[in-house]
Amino acid sequence: MEKPILEVDNLRIRYGGASTEAVRGVTFTLGRERLGIVGESGSGKSTVGRALLRLLPGATITADTLRFGDRELLTLSEREMLKVRGRHMSMILQDPKFSLNPIRRVGDQVAETYLRHFRCSKTEARDKALAMLEAVKIRDPKRVYQQYPHEISGGMGQRVMIAMMLLADPDLVIADEPTSALDVTVRLQVLNILDGLVRDRGIGLIMISHDLNLVRNFCDRVLIMYAGRVVETLAARDLDRAEHPYTRGLLAAQPKIGGGRAPLAVLDRQPEWLEEKA
Amino acid sequence: MSHRRIRFYGAAGQVGTIAVTLLGLLLLTFFIGRLMPADPVRAMVGEDATRETYEQVYRSLGLDRPLWEQFFYYLRDVFTGNFGTSIRTGQPVIQDILHVMPATIELATFAILIGAGLGVPLGVFAAVNKDRWPDHVVRVFSLFGHSMPIFWTGMIALIVFYAHFGLVGGSGRMDQFYIGLVDERTGFLLIDSLIAGEMDVFWSAVNHIILPAALLGYSSSAYITRMTRSFMLDQLGQEYVTTARVKGLSRNQTIWQHAFINIRVQLVTIIALAYGSLLEGAVLIETVFAWPGFGQYLTNNLITGDMNAVMTCVLIVGVIFIGLNLLSDVLYRIFDPRTH
Amino acid sequence: MSASTETTFRLPAPLLALKNIVLFLLKSPTSAFGLAVLTLLVLVAAFAPLIATHDPYAQDLALTLQAPGNGHLFGTDELGRDIFSRLVWGARITLTIIFLVSVVVGPIGLIIGTTAGYLGGKVDTVMMRITDIFLSFPSLILSLAFVAALGPSLNNAIVAIALTSWPPIARLARAEAMTFRKADYISAARLQGASPARIIVKSIMPMCLPSVLIRLTLNMATVILTAAGLGFLGLGAQPPLPEWGAMIATGRRYMLDSWWLVTFPGISILTVSLAFNLLGDGLRDALDPKQMNRR
Ligand SMILES: Nc1ncnc2c1ncn2[C@@H]1O[C@H](COP(=O)(O)OP(=O)(O)OP(=O)(O)O)[C@@H](O)[C@H]1O
Ligand SMILES: [Mg+2]
Repeated sequence: MEKPILEVDNLRIRYGGASTEAVRGVTFTLGRERLGIVGESGSGKSTVGRALLRLLPGATITADTLRFGDRELLTLSEREMLKVRGRHMSMILQDPKFSLNPIRRVGDQVAETYLRHFRCSKTEARDKALAMLEAVKIRDPKRVYQQYPHEISGGMGQRVMIAMMLLADPDLVIADEPTSALDVTVRLQVLNILDGLVRDRGIGLIMISHDLNLVRNFCDRVLIMYAGRVVETLAARDLDRAEHPYTRGLLAAQPKIGGGRAPLAVLDRQPEWLEEKA
Repeated sequence: MSHRRIRFYGAAGQVGTIAVTLLGLLLLTFFIGRLMPADPVRAMVGEDATRETYEQVYRSLGLDRPLWEQFFYYLRDVFTGNFGTSIRTGQPVIQDILHVMPATIELATFAILIGAGLGVPLGVFAAVNKDRWPDHVVRVFSLFGHSMPIFWTGMIALIVFYAHFGLVGGSGRMDQFYIGLVDERTGFLLIDSLIAGEMDVFWSAVNHIILPAALLGYSSSAYITRMTRSFMLDQLGQEYVTTARVKGLSRNQTIWQHAFINIRVQLVTIIALAYGSLLEGAVLIETVFAWPGFGQYLTNNLITGDMNAVMTCVLIVGVIFIGLNLLSDVLYRIFDPRTH
Repeated sequence: MSASTETTFRLPAPLLALKNIVLFLLKSPTSAFGLAVLTLLVLVAAFAPLIATHDPYAQDLALTLQAPGNGHLFGTDELGRDIFSRLVWGARITLTIIFLVSVVVGPIGLIIGTTAGYLGGKVDTVMMRITDIFLSFPSLILSLAFVAALGPSLNNAIVAIALTSWPPIARLARAEAMTFRKADYISAARLQGASPARIIVKSIMPMCLPSVLIRLTLNMATVILTAAGLGFLGLGAQPPLPEWGAMIATGRRYMLDSWWLVTFPGISILTVSLAFNLLGDGLRDALDPKQMNRR
C-alpha cells in the first residue's frame, strides 16, 4: 500500500482558557483519497482542520503522531511551517465574502501564493494565476484578475479561493464547508470543479461538512465526529450501514426527496457517546 | 483633548450638510459675540462720552437694528471677507490671522508627523499583542499622553530640556539674534530659511520647534494609537487574515501586507481629525512656548477682550475642522475600492 | 462567583451590577489605580479642612517661595501661602467642576438625544445638525469663545465647558433611543395612548441612563483638562481661588527658580485626569460583554 499523506494519532486540542478539550483523541490516516469529516456544529471539525496547519493561536495541540509526508508537524519550527502552508498543505475557507482581502485585486491575491513559494518574476506568477483561474472555469480570467472581491459573485469567489489554494500544487487540501455559504444553484458546480482538480492532480482532500449527502457523493471515506471525538469511520458507500447510533441519528435527520411527510427524526443523544474508547 | 467627528450623510447630502453646518457655525459665532455682557459701545467711546456720541456709535454699529438684520450684515461681512479690524493690533483681523497661521501650521504639521509616526506603529504593535504586556504598556503610555495638561508638560519640558540640559532651543521660533534675518516669503520658517540659504537659522528653528511639536505629537498620538489598535483588531479578526496565513505568509507579512492596508483609509481619516484637534493643543502650547502663531494670537485677543478678533479665530477653527472632515470623507471615497 | 448559602439579603439589581463592575475594575491594576486615586480625591475634598495644614488663603509675606520642607510640605507660593493646603482645597474645586458639568451635560444630552432618536424624522435631522455644529469645534476653542463672551470666572468656565460637552452625549443617547424605539413594550405603551413625551421620559430615558453615565465618566478627563486649561489662560477660576490650572498660571513666572510652584499642581491634574482615563478604559472593558464572560 502507498505511504499515507497524513497520519494523525491521538490528536488533542485545547483552546486557551477553555476548561475542556475541544478535540479529544482524534486518530485517522489519509492516503491519496478524499476524506469527509461530518458532525454537528461544535463537534470540532474546523478545529482539527486548523490544527493540521498549526493555525490555532493560543490553543495547545498535542498528538502522539501528526505526520504529514515525512514531516512531523508538531516538531516543525514556525519558519518551516511557513514553507508547508500554502505549498504542501492548504485550506479552502468557508465564505469568500470574508476570506478574500477586500481591498486587494483578486488576481494579485491568487498570484501571491505562487510568489510566496517559488522564485519567479511577477509576470510569471501572474501567468500562473491566470492559468489557474482558467482551470477553475472562470470565463474571463484577465478581467476577473483585475477585480476586487466585492465585484464578483460568491460562486466566483469560491472558485478564486480554490485557485489560490491549489496554485502551488499542494499534497493536501482541507476544505472547510467550502459551499455552505454559496447559493444552492452554484454549490454543485463549485464542488465539481474542486473534485475534478483534486482527482486530476492526485491531491489528498479533507472535506469538512454538515451535509451527509454531499460527503457521500464527493468522498471516499467519512469520519463521523461527535463532541471532539471520532465516533465512527466508514467508506462513503457504506454510510447507510453505519452502526453507531449517532451516525444513524444523523442519517435519519437528513431530509430525503420522495421520503414521507413524517417529521424528521431528532437526535437523541446518549451520554456514553462522550466517553473515550479505551 | 476630545476628538470630534461630523458625519456627512452620503455624497449628495454633502454639499447641503456643509452649507447648513457653515451657516450654523456663523449663527453660533454671531450669538456668542452678542452674549457679551460688556458693552462694546462703551468700550469704544470711553466712560465719559456724551449720550449723543454713544447713540451715534450705537447706531453706526447697527446695534439698533433687529437681531436678524444684524445677522444678515454679519453674513454679508463674512462673505465679502470683511472681518473687521483688531482693536489690539489695528490691522484687519483676517490679515493678522494669515500672518500668524504659517507658524501654527508648521508646528502642527511637525507635531502630526511625530504623533502619527509614534501612534500608528504603537497601535499596530498593541493590537498584535492584545492583552499581553506590550499591549498594557502601550495603553498606559498613550493614556498618559492623553491625560497630561499640555501647558504644564510644556513648562516642565522647558525647565528640563532647555534650562537644565540645554538640549533644545527655548521659547519662540528661533534664537533671538536670528530674528529678522530671513525674509518672510512663505511664512514657514523652516522653508524660508532654506530658501535664503541660512542654515544657522534653519537649525535654530528645528531646535525650537522640536520640543513643542514633540509634546503636541505625543498628546495626539494617544488618540491615534487607540484608534489604530482598535481598527487593527477588527481586521486581525477577519477571515482573510487566516487566508493569508494559510497561503504561507508570515505573521509580519500578514499584518503589514494584508491587515494594515485595510486600515490605511481609516487612519488617514483620523489623522486628519487629529490634525484639526492639534489647534486646540496649540492654543495652550503656543502660550507656554511664546510661539507667535494662531493660538497665541487667539489668547492675546481673549485677554484684551477683542471679541471681533476672537470670534473670527473661532470661526476659522470651525471652518478648518469642517474642511478636514470633508477632506477625510473625500479621501475615503478615493482610496477605498469598495466605494467606487 | 460563589453563592453564599445564607443569602437572605440581596442587593437590588442596579447596585449588584455596580458591585460586579467595581469587582471587575479592581482586577486590573490600572483601573484599580484609577479607582483608588478618585476615591482619594473625594476623601481629600470631603475632609479638606482636616487634611490641610494651613489656611489656603493665608498669606505670609515673610515666607514667600519657600522650598518644600520646613513645615510646608510642598513649599509656599509667591505670597507665602502653603501649596499643599491649596492643592487640598483645590480638590474641592475640581470635584465641583466635574459635578456641575455632569449635572448640566447629562440631562441636556439625554433630552436632546432621546427626543431626536425617538421622534426621528425632521426633529432628528434638525437636532443632529445642531449637534454637528457644536461638534465642529475642538471643545477648548469653543469654551474659550464662550468664556470670552461671558467674562472670565469659574462659574462661566463651568457653563462654557457644559455647553461644549453635551454633543457626544446626545449622539450616544440618540443611538440608544433608536434601538429601544422599536422594542415591543414601547409599541405597547404607544398603543395604550401614552404621549411621546411620557414615553421618552418614562421608558426611553431610564434605558439610556447607564451608558450616558459611563460616557460622562469617560468625559471627565477632558473636562478636567479643559478646566485647567481655561484656568491657566486666566479665563477660569480667578485668583485667589486655589484652582490647580490657575496655580500653574501664577507659578509660571517663578518656575525657573521655584519649580515647586508649578510642579505639584501639575502632578495633581495629571494624576486625576490619568485616573479618570484609566478608569474609563477599564469601564469600557467591563461593559464589553465579551470581556466580562472571560473573567
Ligand atoms: N477560538 C476559540 N476559542 C475557544 N473555543 C473555541 C474556539 N473556536 C472553537 N471553539 C470551541 O471548540 C469547539 C469546536 O469548534 P469547531 O469550530 O471546531 O466546531 P465545528 O465542528 O467546526 O462546528 P461548525 O460546524 O459550527 O463549524 C466548540 O465547542 C467551540 O465552542
Ligand atoms: Mg467549523
